[in-house]
Amino acid sequence: MQSIRQNHLPDALPDFRNLGVVSRILLSVNVLALVFAVARSRELAEFPVKVTEIAGSLEPVLLVVVIVLYLGSTVLERLPYTHGLFVVFAIVLATTGALFPLQSLLGGSGDGRELAWSLACGLSAAAALAWYFHLRNRAFSPAISEARLQALQARIRPHFLFNSLNAVLSLIRKDPKRAEGALEDLAELFRTVMADNRQLIALRDELSLCRQYLNLEQLRLGERLRVEWQLDPTAEEALVPPMVLQPLVENAVYHGIEPGVAPGLIQVRIERRSDRLWLQLTNPYHPDYQHRQGNHMALANIRERLQLHFDVEARLDTRIADGRYEIGIAMPYRTSL
Amino acid sequence: MSPIRVVIVDDEQPARNRLRELLEDCRADMPHSVAAEAANGVEGLQAVTASRADVVFVDIHMPEMSGIEFARHLQVLEHPPAVIFVTAHDQYAVEAFEVNALDYLTKPVRAARLLAALKKAAGGTHLTRGVLESIDPAPRRHFSVAERGRVTLVPVSDVVFLRAELKYVTLRTREREHLVEESLTQIEQEFGSVFVRIHRNCLVARRWIRGFERGAETEGEDGWSVILEGLDEKLPVSRRQWPQVKSLGKAGE
Repeated sequence: MQSIRQNHLPDALPDFRNLGVVSRILLSVNVLALVFAVARSRELAEFPVKVTEIAGSLEPVLLVVVIVLYLGSTVLERLPYTHGLFVVFAIVLATTGALFPLQSLLGGSGDGRELAWSLACGLSAAAALAWYFHLRNRAFSPAISEARLQALQARIRPHFLFNSLNAVLSLIRKDPKRAEGALEDLAELFRTVMADNRQLIALRDELSLCRQYLNLEQLRLGERLRVEWQLDPTAEEALVPPMVLQPLVENAVYHGIEPGVAPGLIQVRIERRSDRLWLQLTNPYHPDYQHRQGNHMALANIRERLQLHFDVEARLDTRIADGRYEIGIAMPYRTSL
Repeated sequence: MSPIRVVIVDDEQPARNRLRELLEDCRADMPHSVAAEAANGVEGLQAVTASRADVVFVDIHMPEMSGIEFARHLQVLEHPPAVIFVTAHDQYAVEAFEVNALDYLTKPVRAARLLAALKKAAGGTHLTRGVLESIDPAPRRHFSVAERGRVTLVPVSDVVFLRAELKYVTLRTREREHLVEESLTQIEQEFGSVFVRIHRNCLVARRWIRGFERGAETEGEDGWSVILEGLDEKLPVSRRQWPQVKSLGKAGE
């Protein structure tokens, strides 16, 4: 097997459309401003005055910059990192400069010295944030490799592999055609599992992976396994982390179908509501079989990868209602990186 | 020597088919007949007693009743068949089988391994309650009672109380009584959350306790007795157990 490379992600600008990134920018700049205000106040009574003064000149610039970055993020993404960084600095300087006349309206002197001071502040805040995002990128890239590794280990239980191979063996003499189809599904499944799972993939591909997996399970479980799909055709282009659904479907079979003698139903629902993508999965709940291992590992793994890709904009919730176990995932609907 | 009779118990049809195919391949080397197959432990017990099987292949991982619990119920028979466990992947059970020198097969099963296990099983093997319990300490879902050469299963949730008589333990459901060959202490250990000891010789299912009343005589003194849901019989509580027991009635009211 290939050795695990500790490769760092190449430096890249953060995704300025991401709520997590935007709030990090707003929060850290404001914290910097507060620290600055403390440093500039000679006594306590002076502090609120300083804060208002700084906020008055800072907030308009900050808001405009964030909005411009939000709108321009698709263009910025396509630039090489250094060029992109240069453009961002230019945007910060231009905005500070353009909004400088406002400061004199708010009681600033409006002279050249003050302009230079504002520009310097803007530039250093931008540089500090660039450095922060650079470090964050560095810190998270081994996490992504690690997540990928975990994805390999947590995916596809040996239990499933050996049972499936056994089911295929049972077909070879009587129904060789079906055995061929089953082995092809198995090969496809493992090709995906062993692929580099860091890039987002189309939901369509993830769904077909789930179907191949369920075909194999159907082979051995027969009529005990029933699946109901409610798909939204407009959602299939959406980009999702690879293996975001298959492990959950596998859990649904393992915890929801296998412990039951009577046939059980797995429901998969995909829905797009404007810029959000909703995935919902339900299966029968067997309280007596909760000691069977593996569930929390897959959930934690998917939650972590959702966070790496979408930060605070994605969420995963589970609940038990009416004798069924439900998992809901919400994430931004995106069709390009 | 007449051919040995084999029963296959597995919840997956393809797995049963595969085992049949492999047994077919082994028939020349080891004469046998497949007497029956079953999709779960309950049907499996019927199949085993009806066919008086010599060897049972049983999957460990089955809904409702695990292969290990199935094997425990077989042990109440006078001449239990040899059991060969089959598992796809169960690290823990496999280690336990190795430790206790029990025969097991891993899926996919190889014909050569199957033949070896079959030959060994035909010579007779012994399973004990202790060994099976060490492999799967989870409480059973049924009590098993040997009656006229058959195994009767009583769901644990149907049992109202268990009382030690002279030699046996009487197991009481709402409908009838059974005799089981297990000690109260063992039962109390296995099902601690289901039953509570109210007397040296009696365990009562917590869920069937309706309340308590005064007046019964225990060892010449006035004491408390348990009123049961759906049974008229009243069971005396010993003075020693009363402190632990009395809180249960309040919780149930």
